[in-house]
Amino acid sequence: MDTKRTVFPSQGLPYLLVAPQLIITLIFFIWPAGQAVKSSFEREDPFGLSTSFVGLMHYGRLFQDPAYLASMGRTALFALAVTVISMGLALVLATAVNRLIRSGTAYSTLLLWPYAVSPVVAGILWWFIFNSTTGILPYVLEFFGVDWNHQLNGGQAMILIIIAASWKQISYNFLFFLAGLQSVPQSLNEAAAIDGAGPFKRFWTIVFPLLSPTTFFLMIVNLNYTMFDTFGVIDATTAGGPNQATNTLVYKVYSDGYIGLNLGSSSAQSVILMLFVIVLTVIQFRYVERRVQY
Amino acid sequence: MASIDLKGVRKVYPGNVTAIHSVDLSIEDGELVVLVGPSGCGKSTLLRMIAGLETITDGTISIGADVVNNKEPAERDIAMVFQNYALYPHMSVRQNLEYGLKNRGTPREEIDRRVAEAARVLEIAPFLDRKPRQLSGGQRQRVAMGRAIVRQPKAFLFDEPLSNLDAKLRGQMRIEIRRLQRSLKTTSVYVTHDQLEAMTLADRLVVMNGGRIEQVGKPIELYDRPASLFVAGFIGSPPMNLLPVETLAAVAGATMPTLTPGADIVGIRPDQVVLGGGDGIALSGTVELIEPVGGESHLYVRVEGIEQALILVQQGRANVGEAERIDFVLPIQALHGFNRESGRRVE
Amino acid sequence: MVENRPWLTFLTHFVLILGVIIVVFPVYIAVIAATHGPTALSSGMMPMLPGAELWNNVVQVWTEDRRGVAPFWLMAWNSLWMAIIITVGKIAISIISAYAIVYFRFPGRVLAFWLIFITLMLPVEVRIIPTFAVVANLGMLNSYVGLTLPLIASATATFLFRQFFMTIPDELMEAARVDGAGPIKFFRDILLPLSRTNIAALCVILFIYGWMQYLWPMLVTTDPKYYTLMMGVKRMAAVADADPQWNIIMAAVVMAMLPPVLIVIFMQRLFVKGLVETEK
Repeated sequence: MDTKRTVFPSQGLPYLLVAPQLIITLIFFIWPAGQAVKSSFEREDPFGLSTSFVGLMHYGRLFQDPAYLASMGRTALFALAVTVISMGLALVLATAVNRLIRSGTAYSTLLLWPYAVSPVVAGILWWFIFNSTTGILPYVLEFFGVDWNHQLNGGQAMILIIIAASWKQISYNFLFFLAGLQSVPQSLNEAAAIDGAGPFKRFWTIVFPLLSPTTFFLMIVNLNYTMFDTFGVIDATTAGGPNQATNTLVYKVYSDGYIGLNLGSSSAQSVILMLFVIVLTVIQFRYVERRVQY
Repeated sequence: MASIDLKGVRKVYPGNVTAIHSVDLSIEDGELVVLVGPSGCGKSTLLRMIAGLETITDGTISIGADVVNNKEPAERDIAMVFQNYALYPHMSVRQNLEYGLKNRGTPREEIDRRVAEAARVLEIAPFLDRKPRQLSGGQRQRVAMGRAIVRQPKAFLFDEPLSNLDAKLRGQMRIEIRRLQRSLKTTSVYVTHDQLEAMTLADRLVVMNGGRIEQVGKPIELYDRPASLFVAGFIGSPPMNLLPVETLAAVAGATMPTLTPGADIVGIRPDQVVLGGGDGIALSGTVELIEPVGGESHLYVRVEGIEQALILVQQGRANVGEAERIDFVLPIQALHGFNRESGRRVE
Repeated sequence: MVENRPWLTFLTHFVLILGVIIVVFPVYIAVIAATHGPTALSSGMMPMLPGAELWNNVVQVWTEDRRGVAPFWLMAWNSLWMAIIITVGKIAISIISAYAIVYFRFPGRVLAFWLIFITLMLPVEVRIIPTFAVVANLGMLNSYVGLTLPLIASATATFLFRQFFMTIPDELMEAARVDGAGPIKFFRDILLPLSRTNIAALCVILFIYGWMQYLWPMLVTTDPKYYTLMMGVKRMAAVADADPQWNIIMAAVVMAMLPPVLIVIFMQRLFVKGLVETEK
């Protein structure tokens, strides 16, 4: 890891400079994470008076618990759906904006602002739209013979959180796809045009392959987003229901631990999620080379 | 103003890479010494050690009477001009010039006086309130010089200050630096890889190679009596012709003189070769290529039995054409003898 | 553009207009709802055109106290403070730690870097309970310190500054040292002014980040005095089924989302720079 060619000779100062960051990191990140790992191997008696080491018991139970395995499956479905939908739409929109010269910025502004809508607000907005008594979409859906009630129908609840979470993420993906598209040299496009490739062919044979680093990077980021940042979306719309239908892994950590006070199991779930983030982060930093080389 | 003394100075980087092998050098008060050599020869490292930007592994560096080994750059009372000028981009030219003085607590009137004086000398007064990015390369160079001058330091250190300029501007600035240094009489150390710049600027020239000093002396001394094969090849353009004695003897036949024992490589400057006949080693060859450079012409001549082409300088226009045969003579008194093994000059 | 194909240009605009409609739709509905009286929304098909009650609704949101939440102005105040403290705190501690890591060599430097890096791998969502326990033990529940301090460590901001410092020519620091500037002076006189645009871009991103916080404030505040807007509007919406005042709730939601949205729209250049650079 590099420093400057010459460095300041001070002895104490650098420690003073990194201290605030490190102290906060240690107290509020590393120590709690360590506690989570520790209590995932322990059982607390009902009165909280003593704890005993139980090894992998919590983990063993988790992987035999149909509810947990079902939550995993739902989380995978949710993550996949949101990633595909929001990235797909964002790519189409970014490609369209990239074609325009003058009006592109105006469209960009109109497409970027939902980034600033918080997940919980996104959840409220879509919950209102899909609300079974006053919502506008159930009203429309009724004409098509669909009886919408996400408070009772688990599948519909899942569709609701997928839509809300995807909607919120479109701007982010749009921004990065647009940046990626703009870094594709115009000369390549022109060369392909001279070689007789039409606009769609050019996109699939030239632009899209060159965009693959961006695409891969966004895939990782979106998985991370759907796993963790969608807590607010779920809490504002379905709160994990109905009947666990939208209880994703992260929401389950919260509902089992904070609400249900099942410390050991919740800690074990935390540790599993930590491992998941660690893998995603390592992949992101090790294998994502976003600069396109020529 | 002060002299600068280097005694047994070494620099070893972590991982046991030796950048400087025990250098001794005395720079007199008011002198302009140029450190010259190919890239990686250690000249910049040595300069930065004098500046205090690199630590000193071994030996001592003194500026004036003080050993400065453990002193911060600011405490050494030196000023430095960097290759990329290192002007503070967010400060105006005036603020750039003032910064070092302010940090030293120089009184306001004194700062204003010095800045005005430097601006006058360097003709940068019209730009004092501009930002560096609004200046041309030459103007930035002047500001960098100005920042050094206002400090009135014990010594100026120049780290390839002209290498970011185009050829014409480089020539102008070279003359200006020389003029300025003469009038200020500030001890200066100047690093460059350009041997022409080195020759024209230096009171004394220090040729470095591989972390060692090859030779120290007046530029013309180095040109006339290079102490090593390296210096012979590095100083002078076009470079000295260097030929193995045995090859030369085989081609020269009876005209080959007896050389000092130990000399197994012979060198001769291209402009010392005499066309036609005369005293000395008589050779003949085919002109392969002529480079007319204006006042003189460079002839590349291929001699049967010698691997490399010889370079000859003819004043004015060449009176032969390419592919023609010519006779020429290497005068004995113009020959330089070197030992291949040691790389040193043999007298 | 390589060639001119009118139908493709038409398709491009068509796709974009459709996209904008999708993106704007939920907020449009919310804004419309915020402009009507309570009766227009309580039954059947909600109106698609604005009504005349916006001002009334806004005044109600700001003045009336509602059950289960703090007054709107107090929550807005809390959100603002939380966003500002997080923004300033993250930037301050990140820029100095990046400075230490780039401009100094000291034992433990690499370890410090990796400790900071690790924070990327430990989002609050995966360590809810132990972090809550730490904050509770430190007596920081129901306080601005508890709301902000645990969120202030930032690997991304540190990396951004580190990246930026590495692009600053080495000679600048050397020249400053020759000019008599020590580490503090160099930081204050040279590095900080040069980091201006990066700091501004980060401000935009971090303010939005701070404003959006939901889970953390929900965990550490039980006293309504410290509720933030994100919690408040969620709580208001949660009781809507029992006591449907959609026009008021939507007026509150729209106002709660407005500050960061305006920032993105009016500081788009900084926003884009901030977002793209922090992900490098």
